[in-house]
Order: sequence, then C-alpha cells, then structure tokens
Amino acid sequence: MGRAVLTEKIGIPGIRGFDVYRSNGGYRNAEKALKEMTPADVGKEVTKSGLRGRGGAGFPTGLKWSFLDRKSDKPKYLICNADESEPGTFKDRYLMEHLPHLLIEGIIISSYALGVKSCYIYVRGEFKYIIAILQKAIGEAYQNKMLGQNILGTNFSLDIFLHPGGGAYICGEETALLESLEGKRGNPRIKPPFPAFRGLYNCPTMVNNVETLAAVAPIIGMGGNTYASIGIGKSTGTKLMSACGNINKPGVYEIDLGLPVEDFLYSEEYCGGIKNGKYLKAVVPGGSSVPVLPADLIVHTQKGDKRLLSYESLAEGGFETGSMLGSGGFIVYDEDACMVRNTWNFTRFYRHESCGQCSPCREGTAWMEPILRRIEEGKGKKKEIDLLVSIADKIEGNTICPFGDAAAWPVSSAIRHFRKEFEFHVEHPDIVKNINHGSLIRYI
Amino acid sequence: MIKVTIDNITIEVAEGTTILEATRKIGGKIVPPAMCWYSKLKGSGGKCRTCLVRVAESSAKDPRPMPKLVASCSTPVQDGMVVQNTTSQEVLDARKAIVEFLLINHPLDCPVCDQAGECDLQDLSFEHGVVETRSEEDRREFPVIDIGDSIKLHMNRCILCYRCVFTADQLTDKRVHGVLYRGDAAEISTYIQNVIDNDFSGNVIDVCPVGALTDRTFRFRSRVWFLEPMDAHRECRKCSGKVTAWMFGNEIYRITGRKDQYGELEEFICNECRFEKKDRNDWVIEGPRKIKRQSVISANHYEKLIKPSVIQPIEGKMGKKEEKT
Repeated sequence: MGRAVLTEKIGIPGIRGFDVYRSNGGYRNAEKALKEMTPADVGKEVTKSGLRGRGGAGFPTGLKWSFLDRKSDKPKYLICNADESEPGTFKDRYLMEHLPHLLIEGIIISSYALGVKSCYIYVRGEFKYIIAILQKAIGEAYQNKMLGQNILGTNFSLDIFLHPGGGAYICGEETALLESLEGKRGNPRIKPPFPAFRGLYNCPTMVNNVETLAAVAPIIGMGGNTYASIGIGKSTGTKLMSACGNINKPGVYEIDLGLPVEDFLYSEEYCGGIKNGKYLKAVVPGGSSVPVLPADLIVHTQKGDKRLLSYESLAEGGFETGSMLGSGGFIVYDEDACMVRNTWNFTRFYRHESCGQCSPCREGTAWMEPILRRIEEGKGKKKEIDLLVSIADKIEGNTICPFGDAAAWPVSSAIRHFRKEFEFHVEHPDIVKNINHGSLIRYI
Repeated sequence: MIKVTIDNITIEVAEGTTILEATRKIGGKIVPPAMCWYSKLKGSGGKCRTCLVRVAESSAKDPRPMPKLVASCSTPVQDGMVVQNTTSQEVLDARKAIVEFLLINHPLDCPVCDQAGECDLQDLSFEHGVVETRSEEDRREFPVIDIGDSIKLHMNRCILCYRCVFTADQLTDKRVHGVLYRGDAAEISTYIQNVIDNDFSGNVIDVCPVGALTDRTFRFRSRVWFLEPMDAHRECRKCSGKVTAWMFGNEIYRITGRKDQYGELEEFICNECRFEKKDRNDWVIEGPRKIKRQSVISANHYEKLIKPSVIQPIEGKMGKKEEKT
C-alpha cells in the first residue's frame, strides 16, 4: 500500500472504539491544537497544507475557512456534509464506518479553528448502520470529555449533533443541506448570500465534506508543510478513491495525489487490472457527475503526457479531452459495457433526484431521460443524439445549483466520446435488443 | 448610491438593489422578463431563470466578468457593474432555451384557458419562443382540482414559480399550501384539499403568471379581451377595497387587484371583494384602467393603437411552413 495518512489506523482491531483509538495516538492532534495552538495557527496550518475540499469541487479549504464571517455576533456553525449519495462514490462511508473518531477529532480541531460551538453531522438517511456507529462514537467522546464543556481542560466547548437526512441526493448540495437541516424542503438556496455569511438559521456557517474534516487531524499532527509535500503541484496530500466497476479489486484506496491513472488501474496494490482480462473502455474518474473519458484519454492526456490522479491533470484539456477529480468515485468500464445504457442510467438518477425548483434542470433532466431510454431500446432517431447535446448544453450553467451541470456533463461527454455507439443503437435496433445487458427495467 | 450600466445605459441606484430592479428603473425593452420573482413577495425569484443576464464586469474594483449567467432578480448590483441583457446573444439564446424548457410540459391549451390574453408565459413565448417544439415526449398530466370554493388548480399549466406558495405563506396566517414531490413530478398542492379559506387566499390567482390558478366565479364566462378593465373601489373592512373591475357593458364579470405594468399587484385584495361583490351597485367606478402592456387585452383600449392601412398577408409569416434546407 502507499502512504496512509487518513487510513493509518484503519487496520487496528477495535479502532471504532474510543479506548483503542485513544491508546493508538488518537485525539493527540486535537490535544496539540487545543493546548498548544491558537485558532489562527490551526487555520494557517490548513492553508499551508493546501488541502482542497474533498467533496467534489476541490476548493482550497483554508481559503474557504477565511470567508467565514467571524465578526458576526451570531453563533457560528460547522456542518459536516456526510450526505454522500453520488453514484460511484463511497469513500466517506468507509471512513465513517471504520474511523468515526478520526472524523470527530477533525471536527474538534476545525471547530476550534473556526470558533464554532456547535457542529452538525448531516448524514445520509440510507446509511442506517453508519448512523449507529457515529452516534456511539459521539457518545463515547462525550463520556471521555472530548466533547461537551471544557474539552481536555481547556475553555473550548463543542457539541456535535447527528442529523440523518431523508435520502435526497440534492441535500448534499450545501444550501439544500442547510434548508433540510432547518426542517424545510431540501431546495438549494439562491446565492449570494453565501453560507459563510448567512447559512444555517441565517448565521455564518461552514459546510465541509467528511474527508476534508478528517484530513484536518493528520495535518495538525504532521504540520501543514509536511502534508503539502505529499502530492503534486496544487493537489496536495492524499485522497481516498472509491474504485468500482469492472476491476479485479474494487474498494476504497488512499492514494497520494499525483499517482498515474495507469498505475492506479493496473497495479496489484490498487485496482488490480480489468476483470476477466478484458480491455479498458472508459472511466468516470470522479463520481457520476463528471465527464466520462475513453480509455486512451484517461491513461494519457491529449498531449501524450501520463494522466495523473490530481485535480489539475484530470482537468487538462478542458471538457473536450479532460474530466475532473470530483469526489473520487472511480468507475471503470470494460469493453463490453454499454455507454448508452450507462448514460441513460445516470440520467435516470438525475431525473429522479432533481429538486424541481428551477426550470432548466426540472424540465431538462425529465426530457433527456426518455430520449436516452428510447435510444437504448433501439427506438431512437439519429437527430435525437444532437438534440441531447443541445439540451445538455442548455441546462449547463443556467441552473441555481451545480446539479444541472452534473446532470448535463455525463450526457454531453458520453456523446462526445462515444457518438458512434449512440449511432449504432439508432441504426441497428435489432442487434441492440439482442445483446442488451441485463433485463430492461421500465422506469415509469 | 452606486452606478451600474445595463445595456449601455448608466443609472444610479441605491445599494442592495437587484439588477432586475435597476432595469425596471430604466424601463423599456431592456427589462428582463420575470416569471417567478415578485417584488412584494419576500424570498421569491431565482427559480424560473428567464431573467438571466450576463455580468460583463462585476464591479469597478473587480472588473472580471461573472463566469455564468446570473439571475438578475436575485443578484444585487455593485458599484461599476456592467450588465448585458438584450445586447448579449448568449443571454438571448439562454432565454430562448428556458422558454423551450418551460413549454415542453405546458399543455398549450390557450384556446380554453382563462388566462389567455393576460398570461405572462404567452407573452414570453411570443417574444422569445421557438415556433416548433423539439419534444416528442408525453406531457405530464395532473388531475384538475379545486382549492376552496373559488379557486381552480390546473397543475398541468403550472411552471412551478412558487409565487402562490410565497403568497399563501406570507399573506395568510396558516400555511396550507406548498409543493409536493420532487423534480418533474413536483406539484403545487394544499395538503388537504379545500382548506384554503383564508380571506386573502384569492390573491394566488393574481400572482399566478400562467393559468394554473384561476377564478371559479369567472371561469369560461368571457375572454379577458372582451372586457373593459375599470378602476373601482368600495368600503371594505378587510382590505383597501381598490380593485380593477372587468366589465362588459354595465355588468361586472370579475374583480382582480390592480396590476402595474409588470403584472404585479399594487395591493392585495380580500376574497370578499374578489369573489362576492359582483354587483354594479357594490362599487364606485372611477374610470378606465390603463394597462401599459403588450398583451392582447391592451389592444382594445389603447392610446397608441394605429390601424394598419394595408392588411398584411399573413402567409409566409405564420401560415406557410418554411421548407427545410
């Protein structure tokens, strides 16, 4: 295995429990932060580390923290976004399942840095067993005075509340999450104002991903500069990749950012190559929302350089020949995968999960889905392929939240790179019917 | 006061003004259409995306353009901001796309819809719409339901602007009106039908930009353009009593609130005035209501109406379908 920063302690038996975690050096970083450092120091270390938001957008965390309206006399909130519902992404679940105390430790340090006294963990409703694990861990932390009043004898106090969501993908969007947390319908808010100024209950609020908050703990332990020395360029540190699809060893892997995609795919340490000795066809490198890339473009960039698993390298070439690191949901397709069917499946998901608030997304996703279904079933027309591109193009950038973009990119990228396959579906309906994968599920 | 330039016209506005409000101060053709934003309803706007504009320069301090088109109804102006609305092809294309999105599930039943003639969506699609639809899907369908004794909900026609939700929320004391479900299955609904009995619930009809919420006391009685809008008032204990009475001869067909040039109510009126007082003797008629709108109802009464000296043949414009090349 490569370097383990986040998952260092994951192999220790009983690490889910407080005592084992504590006796293996757990909460030492929180102690260091609370007793030896000022909140500003913690913020500086995080800025130095170059840590970027692990939820998908990749925005520098230190910079994001600096936006929080500290002058406000209202209470400030930290929210841990654990509403991980992106198809292909399951890294947060892994982290919360095995190292719940690492997350709590990260939250304590981050809250200290941000001057926050109450934190909410908004966890996806479907993660029923995770909720139990987290609740137990929070209880243990309270019992051992790691949470509550005067943590570790300092005058810093923090409460963590666990809030299970109702199971809507859109509630992973930060403002929809806030609405949902307030007990309202999970519709994204119109920005500005940004949550850093007016978030939860109109108070300054910081929303961070599980992995981001967990990474704060080792950053304090090893120092921002050491963390920044891992990785490549502006993509510093390690990242959890959740690899799935037609590979020999699906699972969650911690990688140093900057690892070549080829190594990640084929080395025994990570994915272990394509299943059944088949060829690689395509990869969605960062969860269903990012553009899909065909085999040649995922292994090498258009210029012929090796494609690396980093924010910059994956984005090289723009959307024409590149993609995004996103949330690290690495979905691999072998030669037999049907891209049309896959695109339809993604769109089906987005149609179902659109909140229906703004018109391009509500109508656009519901328009693309039946067209893709028809093409998949061999009933499509050739002009509908161009129509799909046009619809995706019109949704993109015109919506309230990034959901619209996320719904549009898989469609436009799949048609950009695999147009021949779409055309084949239109031209050879009989063949398509016979070699179809799995049983045809009727959506409506 | 801060300076903002919209379509090459510079205007000074107070801080905190939105781009849309600034354009309305200038007036004329540069005002972007607004289907969901309503100046009198707090929190409305940002949903329909028809008012998208391009911010070419964010402010004097930071002259970079904004990366995406922004909703002018919810973006506050900044000093030195340069905005493009009708001067940007990107904006016009996006608006056209939005109109197409709004129409793919709209039943286009204007011939039997009471809103025809005073419908914002009709005006919008006339101005920005495309002639042919590219959608072959079945339109979504909902049953027609009654909300209370006097309001009819045609969910098929709804564009989910949320105006009525905000009205019910802010004007009435008990919230009984909201949105159910998600995505394209979302629908406006009262949780238990027939429970809107608040005195001001009728205003949801006036705020509705389309024919989704209509007046049951007026339905199918007349087309709006056959009626003459008259300013009228009466002594009312609940509201100001200032209304527009829509008359045919001496008979009052319906009562609505007084709407300004952007179709927004000047004052909300109560249900008693709206639904019950249909007798000529209930009202003091002040005189004709001036409606400065481009829509069909204006055609009967308006000042600048010029009769065409030669009637243009409509062929080629609408009648003949252009051959595809």
